[in-house]
Amino acid sequence: MAAFKETKFPADAPAAQKALGWVDDRFPLTKLWNDQWGKYYAPKNFNFWYIFGSLAMLVLVLQIVTGIFLTMHYKPDALLAFASVEYIMREVPWGWLVRYMHSTGASSFFIIVYLHMTRGLLYGSYRKPRELIWLFGFAIFLCLMAEAFFGYLLPWGQMSYWGAQVIVNLFGAIPLIGPDLSLWIRGDYVVSDATLNRFFAFHVIAIPLVLLGLVAAHLIALHEVGSSNPDGIEVKENLGADGHPVDSIPSHPYYTVHDLFGVSVFLTIFSAVVFFAPEMGGYFLEYNNFLPGDSLKTPLHIAPTWYFTAFYSVLRATTADFMWVLMFFVAAYVSFVWLKSTLARTVKIAIAAIALVAVVGMLPQVLDAKFWGVVFFGGSVVILAFMPWLDHSPVKSIRYRPDWHKYVYAVFFLSFLTLGYLGTLPPTEGRTIVSQVCTLLYFSFFLFMPWWSTMGTFKKVPDRVVFHAH
Amino acid sequence: MSNEKQVDSGRRGLLVATGAAGGVVGLATAGALVSTFQPSERAKAAGAPVEVDIGSLNPGEMKTVEWRGKPVWIIKRTPEMIASLKNTDGKVADAESKRNPDEFTPEYARNEHRSRKPEILVAVGICTHLGCSPSSKFTPGPQPSLPDDWEGGFLCPCHGSTFDMAGRVFKNKPAPDNLQVPRHMFLSDTKLIIGKDEKGEA
Repeated sequence: MAAFKETKFPADAPAAQKALGWVDDRFPLTKLWNDQWGKYYAPKNFNFWYIFGSLAMLVLVLQIVTGIFLTMHYKPDALLAFASVEYIMREVPWGWLVRYMHSTGASSFFIIVYLHMTRGLLYGSYRKPRELIWLFGFAIFLCLMAEAFFGYLLPWGQMSYWGAQVIVNLFGAIPLIGPDLSLWIRGDYVVSDATLNRFFAFHVIAIPLVLLGLVAAHLIALHEVGSSNPDGIEVKENLGADGHPVDSIPSHPYYTVHDLFGVSVFLTIFSAVVFFAPEMGGYFLEYNNFLPGDSLKTPLHIAPTWYFTAFYSVLRATTADFMWVLMFFVAAYVSFVWLKSTLARTVKIAIAAIALVAVVGMLPQVLDAKFWGVVFFGGSVVILAFMPWLDHSPVKSIRYRPDWHKYVYAVFFLSFLTLGYLGTLPPTEGRTIVSQVCTLLYFSFFLFMPWWSTMGTFKKVPDRVVFHAH
Repeated sequence: MSNEKQVDSGRRGLLVATGAAGGVVGLATAGALVSTFQPSERAKAAGAPVEVDIGSLNPGEMKTVEWRGKPVWIIKRTPEMIASLKNTDGKVADAESKRNPDEFTPEYARNEHRSRKPEILVAVGICTHLGCSPSSKFTPGPQPSLPDDWEGGFLCPCHGSTFDMAGRVFKNKPAPDNLQVPRHMFLSDTKLIIGKDEKGEA
């Protein structure tokens, strides 16, 4: 470490420059700005898919700010909570706006994050060396889900109450410790004041703190290895005379302007929803949630908010009859791994052993379908984390993959959307079968990816990014 | 200071001991924080097992006690009421309580009369449909909103689910499950405890 040295400025230097110099000598302010944004070189061929990271940041800030103002009027008490939300809506000046911004913000957050993840899937943003960026992002997604789940109990409406009751009872399906675990989570025999209070603590402080840390880690990792791009080309492999990649431009001012445009489009749509359709036809705010939570009356149809419905559908699809199909699927998958994979023998034996235990566990006499529903529900989320190691395609971007890969992605996205749609509806026999088919397609997409992602004729990846100046 | 990695074993021992002691304190603190999640004493008191004296209960009578905020019925069935269960076997949806047994029927109640002693029925008086409390309709025979071959049982006023004298739901009714039989056991012939059995508290 060099000794401390005060930067000298000419006497007539502007005061602002002197002040900044004084700070920079003591805290790397300019350096942080330049590393993280100002002189952060990003590929010049970003398309609109690359707006969602910045938008997610914006919505995070929006949620934190509106959330702080909501806590100033909200009461985390089972007897007062529902009325305090109505108080915010009717009597706090502009309280309705803050609350609708927060509730619409929650749904927008998920729309943005789902699109952000879709971008990652399409252009292979999770591929080496960006595995950790993807994992931090995955952890952020988990935190968001937790945040949404905890937050949804706070208005203490019928859907809040019964949604929490149903989800907490899911943990009761875990063998041996299940019932005690749900009791521990609730802190009472039914969802009650104790539950509301702790969910409030998680929602307003515990999860947001973790979330902010993860967002910082996500960005630091991104700015360390550099952004990918729609062509999936490593721009850092082609440096110009100035030491920066020839296909990159500094984020400021280029992407600052680009993002500001995206932000204005987003805020236009966001405001339209906040002012004209804050309930979004019962998808953003469910109608049953305008009734106070009642522990003695279950609503006719309990559905989670739309952003959870795809995973919820997987849970519901796991019926006792479907277990036989799943057992066959697991057996078939293991034989496939044995025949086709190049994994070490010990790994194959381990996979076979785990599968055998799972198949035995799936027998109706051993563990019931409810437990496996929870397992597959969790699995359908967690499997996303493995993307960097499942995708073995020689190219990153979908642009240079064989055309039929696009249909594979299309089938995957369609099954996810179908699962999501069915999850909002009450189950019928036909719908259950459709959701079971979609569940199998959803898992197959990931589980067979190590093979299908290498098959077909790949197109030649160009040396320079595809870019048309406008 | 020298940068050579010379390890003083005495100091290393102290480091390990300090680290271990710190770890224990850390774990204990984490344990205390995790424990705060358990039901509080107040919640436990409100959810504690309830003792009921059924010595004064005559055949054909029903007693309601509150347990965990829910009404629990204790009914001393008459021989005729028990006999009626044979007739309803074919009309109820789940005669042997096979659906969701863990949630609704403890092992000792998975029988025709859904009870430990044939005459004493203990059930949570909350309809498994939407949580209304059914009313008792013990008198057999035709009467308003009940079928003509009514054998005695319960009628839920909200959506018309009917249950027989063992709390078994009739077929094609909105309620999916039989009435819940809470965990319970007899402390003596006339003393009953609800919310607790040989396996522990519910």
